Amino acid sequence: MKRTLYADTIATGALWAIAILVVTILGAIILHFLFASVGTISLGFLFGDPSDTSVGGIGPLLWNSIYILVLTLLLTVPLGILGGIYMAEYAGQGPIPNMIRLSQELISSVPSIVVGLFGLALFVNATHWSFTALGGALALSIFNLPLMTRLTEQALRAVPRDERDGSLALGTTKWQTIRHVVLPLAVPGIVTGVILTAGRIFGEAAALLFTSGVATPPHYDYLDFSLGDPRSPWSPFHAATTLSVYIWKLNSEGLGTFVRQISDAAAAVLVIMVLLFNLGARWLGRVLQRRVTGAR
Amino acid sequence: MANSVASIERGKLDRGLTFRERIDPARRITLLAAGAVIALVLMLLVFIAFNGVQIFTASGFSFDAIFNATWNPDSTTAQSFGILPFIAGTVGVMVVAAIIATPLSVGLAIFMAEVAPDWARSVAQPAMEVFVGIPSVVWGWLGITVLVPFLRDDLHGIGFTLGFSWFAGSIVLSLMILPTITSITFDVITSIPAELRSASVALGTTRWQTIRHVVIPAGAAGIMTAIVLGMMRAAGEALAVQMVIGNRGVMPTSLADPMSTLTSEITLDVGNTVAGEPWNQVLWTMGLVLLLMSFGFVLLVRRLGRRRALG
Amino acid sequence: MSIADPPARADAPEVTRPTVAPSSLSTSAPIKLQARGLNVYYGAKRAVRDVDLDIPANAIMSFIGPSGCGKTSILRCFDRMNDLVPGARVEGTIMLNGEDINGRDILPVEVRRRVGLVFQRPNPFPMTIYDNVAYGPRRHGTSNRAALDEIVESCLGRAALWDEVKDDYRKKSGLSLSGGQQQRLCIARTLATEPDVVLMDEPCSALDPIATLKIEELMADLRARYTIVIVTHNMQQAARVSDRTAFFTMGEDRSGYLVEVGDTSEIFTNPRERLTEDYVSGRFG
Repeated sequence: MKRTLYADTIATGALWAIAILVVTILGAIILHFLFASVGTISLGFLFGDPSDTSVGGIGPLLWNSIYILVLTLLLTVPLGILGGIYMAEYAGQGPIPNMIRLSQELISSVPSIVVGLFGLALFVNATHWSFTALGGALALSIFNLPLMTRLTEQALRAVPRDERDGSLALGTTKWQTIRHVVLPLAVPGIVTGVILTAGRIFGEAAALLFTSGVATPPHYDYLDFSLGDPRSPWSPFHAATTLSVYIWKLNSEGLGTFVRQISDAAAAVLVIMVLLFNLGARWLGRVLQRRVTGAR
Repeated sequence: MANSVASIERGKLDRGLTFRERIDPARRITLLAAGAVIALVLMLLVFIAFNGVQIFTASGFSFDAIFNATWNPDSTTAQSFGILPFIAGTVGVMVVAAIIATPLSVGLAIFMAEVAPDWARSVAQPAMEVFVGIPSVVWGWLGITVLVPFLRDDLHGIGFTLGFSWFAGSIVLSLMILPTITSITFDVITSIPAELRSASVALGTTRWQTIRHVVIPAGAAGIMTAIVLGMMRAAGEALAVQMVIGNRGVMPTSLADPMSTLTSEITLDVGNTVAGEPWNQVLWTMGLVLLLMSFGFVLLVRRLGRRRALG
Repeated sequence: MSIADPPARADAPEVTRPTVAPSSLSTSAPIKLQARGLNVYYGAKRAVRDVDLDIPANAIMSFIGPSGCGKTSILRCFDRMNDLVPGARVEGTIMLNGEDINGRDILPVEVRRRVGLVFQRPNPFPMTIYDNVAYGPRRHGTSNRAALDEIVESCLGRAALWDEVKDDYRKKSGLSLSGGQQQRLCIARTLATEPDVVLMDEPCSALDPIATLKIEELMADLRARYTIVIVTHNMQQAARVSDRTAFFTMGEDRSGYLVEVGDTSEIFTNPRERLTEDYVSGRFG
């Protein structure tokens, strides 16, 4: 009896220790970057151009990260929502839905560097686009599309049966029910999921190395709105090295005296963005949930 | 009416649908959106496979010339493109990372599911979400600036000489896959019926006995799935590993030695080699090997009986 | 002194007689379980109010009453399962063999071993029949194969399951049994920890009539060795199996309380309280 009680106490202690260790590691990482980047992060750093001779800035890289993120979401969210509607509302069981599920699992298992290779073959070489923001966004879309589909499917499945039956019983068509009853109720879940996913897209680098490129961007003229001109930062065809890729590149080249300082600060920016995406997702999810349930 | 509604809701086979429902344009459009992923898989497979076999078909290398242990791509006298060192490296970091991460993640998941008071769970769960969101390059950068100096300098005194190494790569990877294994294990454990726990507790067993002898056995298959999915993520991870592993294309022999993996080699050299040359072609072969490996993992996970590849 | 000690031992304390005998205590059996001033709260809500109750040894006591009247909550006080419900609080004393089970140096784990609980729905572990029964003894330190074999065989026997499973009980999963067999397996599993008291929380509510009958026969057999408390919503069942019956109902504040307790025959034929009469005659609840 004594021994089993000791075992219980020891095991409980060990489990607490593991939890404290893991949370401490995370806390230490966040604090590490905050301290390491103090003094470097400034408005000039966030918005300035990169430089070989000074700390410079990360403005264009941040721009490209956001640009590719938005482009990827534009490509995947609508398609993903439609796909999710099929999977949750129409698919059921059968060979086709099974094929789709298997494909989703296969795609999301593919290492992102391999997706990068695929993007290189298709969006860089086959299309003769060279390295472009669009190529990067398309590569990221490959594994984000099934993610968005799955996310929508889950949000839709979480909507109670009664809501559907209530609407169908009024003689509305299935699509009307989905469009006006089920989908609105699923919106908070979808939005939360999209933001969390966005946080991951934002930090992704491996799939972008060979698709949107690793070249240090030139000075951007943000007033140049010509979408067809690859020199315009607004054009989907501009070479778009992102912040994450930039950190990797600085370290792989090992050049420059400011590598450490720039990388610390840039990594801090990435970590802070991840935190913001997380907090944003939680906050917005809660607000939307309240609005959706309150308005009815 | 009630019957037909119920049958649609349960998503019966097409047979159960009326003609109008079958030609419902919404159904067709959404099917197209969902089905696009099948085309993506096929395209991915075709493109990678086509480029991956070029080394055999276009450059005429034999199977044995590629699947051997000597990597010497830039030698003029004894050029060799054996990719086994990278395959071994990938398996090596993956296994060691899983060994390090499994006790931590499974322990954390058990903690969150069985032990933690509400406040502790409300700290640990968001922490996991942030953890999983930390980008690969950030892990790599932490590896370079914190982990490797620590291993090299601070552990030197007690007889370890580690720096950029198999071990460093495994540590970084173990932290990266920790949230993956934790969250899936957590889901597995929380889905175990509460009655089993009550049954054990009512027999006068302690919480740990219940966890050890009821909860873990009941969740074993699911926990295995979680570990396999963690290993899958580890095998496919590129930048973080590449930044700390030392990148030497030799068969790994010691945890303290630098080595390389399929992903690191692709990361480093695709940009530095010329398309059409054997060195570049063999990188695609590595990509194909990675692709097949990850497909193999998916099938393994399916065999383990759970469909959780999406996370 | 620990309540873990079986009462049959020579140095077992004399069973304390209640100083205030609850009404209508007509059996002469020693008191196994005794509740005084029992109140159960879930958060701010009081689920059970001021229950005083004596449960005699080697007899079957049934708890009846409308749903929501706190029968199960009371039952779960006797093996401290309420400890595990977040926000639950138990006031009052419960004596097992004259010792307070909520006492400072009493371990809940020991209480639960002495007081077995059979649940409403059969809940065998996903393991073999053998391992199910051996689970408790193994956790409590019995590792000798021969000893375990003996325990498993005798408990399956006592639970009237042996004849049905003796050919493949080492290989067959507990989950492959029928509902009634599963419930008897759960009873065997409970008996294997050598409890004094077996609590049963509506053990037949998920079973068909034939399986129910088997469990009822089994209970009659077990009475010789154990004290049994059964919660049931089935009044015929209470009348058939139990020696004594306690009737609970729900007050205006929606907390359950004890209306009356007495010999089963009396409760069903000649209850003292009007509420009891209404209930057993089917006019209420």
